[in-house]
Amino acid sequence: MTETLTSSLATFIAEKILKQPNRAIGADESLVSSGLIDSFSLMDLALFVEDTFGVRIEDTELNAGTFDTLHQLAALIESRKK
Amino acid sequence: MTTFPERLKALHDRTPDRIALTLQFSNADDLPITMDGLMRSSAVYARAISAAGIMPGEVVILIIQHGAELAYAFWGAILHGAIPSIMPFLTEKLSPERYRADLATLISITQPAAILTYAEFEDEVRSALKEGDSVRAVIVAEQVDGKSELDFGALSGFQRQPDDIVLLQHSSGTTGLQKGVALSHQAVFNQLDAYGKVLALNDDDVIVSWLPLYHDMGLIAGFIMPILSGVHLVLQSPFDWVRAPYKLMQAVTKYHATLTWLPNFAYNFCAQKIRDRHLEGVDLSSLRAVINCSEPVRWESHQAFFEKFKGYGLKYKALQTSYAMAENVFSVTQSQLGGEPAVLEIDREAFMSERVAKSPMEGRPSMMMMSSGRPLENVKIKLLDENRNEAAERVIGEIALQSDCMLTGYYHRDDATQQAFADGWYLTGDYGFILDEEVFVSGRKKDMIIVGGKNVYPQDLESLTYEVPGVHAGRSVAFGMFNEEQGTEDVVIIAEVDSDDAAEQQLVADAIRAHVTKNSAITLRHVKVVDSKWIEKTSSGKTARSANKEKFLQELDVQGN
Repeated sequence: MTETLTSSLATFIAEKILKQPNRAIGADESLVSSGLIDSFSLMDLALFVEDTFGVRIEDTELNAGTFDTLHQLAALIESRKK
Repeated sequence: MTTFPERLKALHDRTPDRIALTLQFSNADDLPITMDGLMRSSAVYARAISAAGIMPGEVVILIIQHGAELAYAFWGAILHGAIPSIMPFLTEKLSPERYRADLATLISITQPAAILTYAEFEDEVRSALKEGDSVRAVIVAEQVDGKSELDFGALSGFQRQPDDIVLLQHSSGTTGLQKGVALSHQAVFNQLDAYGKVLALNDDDVIVSWLPLYHDMGLIAGFIMPILSGVHLVLQSPFDWVRAPYKLMQAVTKYHATLTWLPNFAYNFCAQKIRDRHLEGVDLSSLRAVINCSEPVRWESHQAFFEKFKGYGLKYKALQTSYAMAENVFSVTQSQLGGEPAVLEIDREAFMSERVAKSPMEGRPSMMMMSSGRPLENVKIKLLDENRNEAAERVIGEIALQSDCMLTGYYHRDDATQQAFADGWYLTGDYGFILDEEVFVSGRKKDMIIVGGKNVYPQDLESLTYEVPGVHAGRSVAFGMFNEEQGTEDVVIIAEVDSDDAAEQQLVADAIRAHVTKNSAITLRHVKVVDSKWIEKTSSGKTARSANKEKFLQELDVQGN
């Protein structure tokens, strides 16, 4: 389950945010603190997560402290799914 | 003729207990500050700056984030007669080394006498200092204290003259930091008088702003104008706003705000990203004007914004436009409040190839241009063709201006100041056309990229790209590409490498993304690594940004993107 979740997140980031559909996103690659995803795109990612998985990420959580990698984001989503 | 300190004192004497400023935070209650409170705490800073041995007329750099200390430090510097300049704070995205280098650049040209910052940032600042440079004091905000007594007569800012420089304003990046726009008291007041009139600014107005104070729009419209006009300002942090743009709408509702300024991208951002659940109870009917400024204004962005918020009391006539620049203090043109900005449908092809705004023709693609309004009453504008002759109506030319609120000069940069003027006219570097006195801004002559209202110099990004292993100097090009959906420009970098191996090119592309972002705080949308000979050069060997942009766009079209 986590694998499909991770791959759907990776696809969204590569296609919609980085505009490089073939770009592989490593599970432990730093995304936020590296600046790969900026504040504006972080909001897009949060909206995607909410629409796709029904999990809310609050605006105060949109920073590298909450999640910085695919792995951490997937874990966050899993923990909030009922 | 007056000065900032005299105006502050007059406002204080009139209504000391009026709320001048309300600060909002993401994790704390709103903080209202009266004019008396603002002056007393600012006077504490004025005395601290004086005690540090800083003389009136010397520059003090402020590196402080959103909060009461920033307001006190800024007005404290003014009350002492020093010249404040606000510099962005280091963010987690930017590398400390680059920040230090930028700070060192600023210090070497601007020659500040002091830097005012937080304790946690003191080491960072000190590491940018060199033996024998101009900085005599690093003032730590937490250590600034003293009795909050207020004796205007003892403050040396009252000795300043209207023509003296009152503040400096820098745009970001290595290039921007080398050109501090120096403004006099008189120039700022001339702007506020003319701009206040066209806005019909009055005591009942409430301005809400999330714009950073190191940009002209935030500094003037969202800070200095309300404070010096006696208008209540509600100020949010740009870092909080970008994560929670709905808080702007909630602030308008709570404080019945009447005026706010936004860069074009924010119209799209708010329209697309705000969830309806965050708009419960929101009422935008108090807004007299939401002013689109600091990026090319887009009719489509206004439509999207209105569609999203019309159900929350937003009036269509509240959507207004302005064209502004730090060199003119702020506003150059403003649309007429109470009406709608002029919108013109023009023939797309004639606009692109003949550089004329012709009426649309049957069966040919057209485009919508929205006016940025008419010149303020103290501003004269003319459009210059390539030979610097005045262009006819509808013909695109470079915008040149004259006013009584121009910069005194680029600080310590007489060379740059002289270059900026021709025959007494300031050459803006922006392109546009005039029709029926309405000014339509269509683009820039300079290659400057504007991302989310922030000016970015492509040469800064190209220099950073050359630092990435595998990329050779002179073999990269950076430019902006308009993103219809986001209402602002995306940054594109193209770089040549020797290798034609796809995997290796991908690695270099990743390295460019990481390095440029770390060193400019600019996120790149497209990074394209290409084989050698892809990039087109001019006969003098310089990279031709526009030619390469054309080539890139054509390839995107072919790929069906």
